[in-house]
Amino acid sequence: MLNLIDTLLQGVMLGGQYALMAVGLSLAFGVMRLVNVAHGDFIVLAAYLALICMTTLGLHPLAALIVVVPVMAIVGYGVQRLLLNRAVGRDIMPALLITFGLSVIIQNGLLEVFSADSRRLDAGGLTAAGLRLGDGLAVGWFPLITFGLAVAVIAGLEALFARSALGRAFRAVSDDQEIVQLMGYDNRHLYALAMALAFAVMAVAGVLFGIGTVFDPAFGPPQLLFAFEAVIIGGMGSLWGTLAGGVILGLAQAIGFRVDPGWGILFGHAVFLLILAVQPRGLIPKTRDA
Amino acid sequence: MTAIRQGALKASRPDRVATLSLIAAAILASMPFWAGSDTLRTGVEMLCFLALAQLWNLLAGYGGLVSFGQQAFIGIGGYALVLFAYRLGLSPYLALPIGAALSALVAWPMSRLLFRLNGAYFAVGTWIMAECWRLIFANWSWLGGGSGISITATMRAIDPWWREALAFWIAGLAGIGAVVGLYALLRSRWGLALTALRDSEPASEAAGISVRRVKTWVYVAASGGAGLVGGLIFLTKLRLSPDAAVSINWSVMIVFIVVIGGIGTIEGPILGCILYFLLREYLADFGAAYMIAFGALAILVMLTTRGGLWGEIRSRWGIELFPVRRRLDG
Repeated sequence: MLNLIDTLLQGVMLGGQYALMAVGLSLAFGVMRLVNVAHGDFIVLAAYLALICMTTLGLHPLAALIVVVPVMAIVGYGVQRLLLNRAVGRDIMPALLITFGLSVIIQNGLLEVFSADSRRLDAGGLTAAGLRLGDGLAVGWFPLITFGLAVAVIAGLEALFARSALGRAFRAVSDDQEIVQLMGYDNRHLYALAMALAFAVMAVAGVLFGIGTVFDPAFGPPQLLFAFEAVIIGGMGSLWGTLAGGVILGLAQAIGFRVDPGWGILFGHAVFLLILAVQPRGLIPKTRDA
Repeated sequence: MTAIRQGALKASRPDRVATLSLIAAAILASMPFWAGSDTLRTGVEMLCFLALAQLWNLLAGYGGLVSFGQQAFIGIGGYALVLFAYRLGLSPYLALPIGAALSALVAWPMSRLLFRLNGAYFAVGTWIMAECWRLIFANWSWLGGGSGISITATMRAIDPWWREALAFWIAGLAGIGAVVGLYALLRSRWGLALTALRDSEPASEAAGISVRRVKTWVYVAASGGAGLVGGLIFLTKLRLSPDAAVSINWSVMIVFIVVIGGIGTIEGPILGCILYFLLREYLADFGAAYMIAFGALAILVMLTTRGGLWGEIRSRWGIELFPVRRRLDG
């Protein structure tokens, strides 16, 4: 019984991490109808940026966020403005293949600079400390912080989308980009801003990911797939749905790992495929087209 | 208003395609008698990549199905060797078509699920599906598990010269077969449907083409083909592991070859293949640099011409080696 509760708890915490990673992808889906195949690689890139900050400036990884978040936001703005904006349109292939190319470039670039060695962002005692919930049941402070941050980021973005002028413009450009242009907005700038926002969240996700787990240059693609699964399970364009999707994926993997360590990830994929079979639009769908 | 006579939309003339293919086939068929082992080995690899590229071109360039998961079928083809040749003792040359048939067979139910995802989502979905296969093979200890397995024993009874020659001939059949097959397909009624599909899905649906049915057939055929080539690749490597057999790197190379050469043309993937092997030959010493160069080149193509190198050549000089475009006459 205790084992089961422990597994479920770990699954939920893992889900928080996946949700945080998936928010950026969900945002780009929602606003631009764009699938960034290099999503996971940019997350890993953010972790390496934090590593550079730690070694050169002697910063704590969480303090490195002050540098990594704005840098990644600028990178996101640039990627959208210089590359992806030229590829938006009815044909999905250019944007898809451009981000696929970026993914390969980032992975091999990181490999050249940092080698294939595994790294970890050392956050001192943060990853070891835990909260005792009762006899034999404990949850680490770090996963709790990650989960809390995922909730806070999503609540913040939902508020931004619902209340601010920028959020309204994002929603409008998502619905009909031509009308938005008629209303006097520059949709290229809007898209780039949305991507900058997505990259800022990816930076946070990347740094927390680097603190929680060891990583190497090849770690991007799995993160893309988990984030994608969280978004699709939750329903496209819905951020709370993405949180739910992340938690379901985390639970499936945690239960799978408990059954057999070799089957954990496969359990997650299986649950994704199952939901695709029975509820292809996800649990809380918001956008109409896929 | 000019009425278009039935049958007026004729495919352009086949020109020298038949002659060219026959010459190529004759050269390839004779190569094991005069070429060295190294040349043959590189040749097998090139022809396998040509076949994979042409199959992906059919999928993405014509069927509109951008897949990042064809490595699933390369893996299934490879593991069919382990299962049927190494474990069950069948001839490896019999295991090849079995692997192809199995790939096509599993591709059908997979397509039911994957077609629920549109466009870009489909691409990531195929990748996840391939990961599932990788994990299944990694957990299947009878087939070697995560650390892989050597199948050298299955080939021990076969004379080395025959081994090389047969691998080369099968690769030649696959490579030339993929090119000529795609050419013949595009000149047929199905080709008309595929070209319509490439240009506009809603319009082809309105013209009475069952988009879903065409896409299913394209996916099943391209996957069966990938299964055959996958088997052949591992018949020459004789060692396979889940990470190598179902690696995203297969997709990376195939996609780059097709995109840089020219997607949606028959000539493009051939050109891309030649370029890939040339670049790899000269840049391999720089480690990961040639992958970075390839990625940058692919992005550049997508940002500028979209038709790739062949698209540029065709629009500049009007050359067409494989005439599949339909012209209105009369």
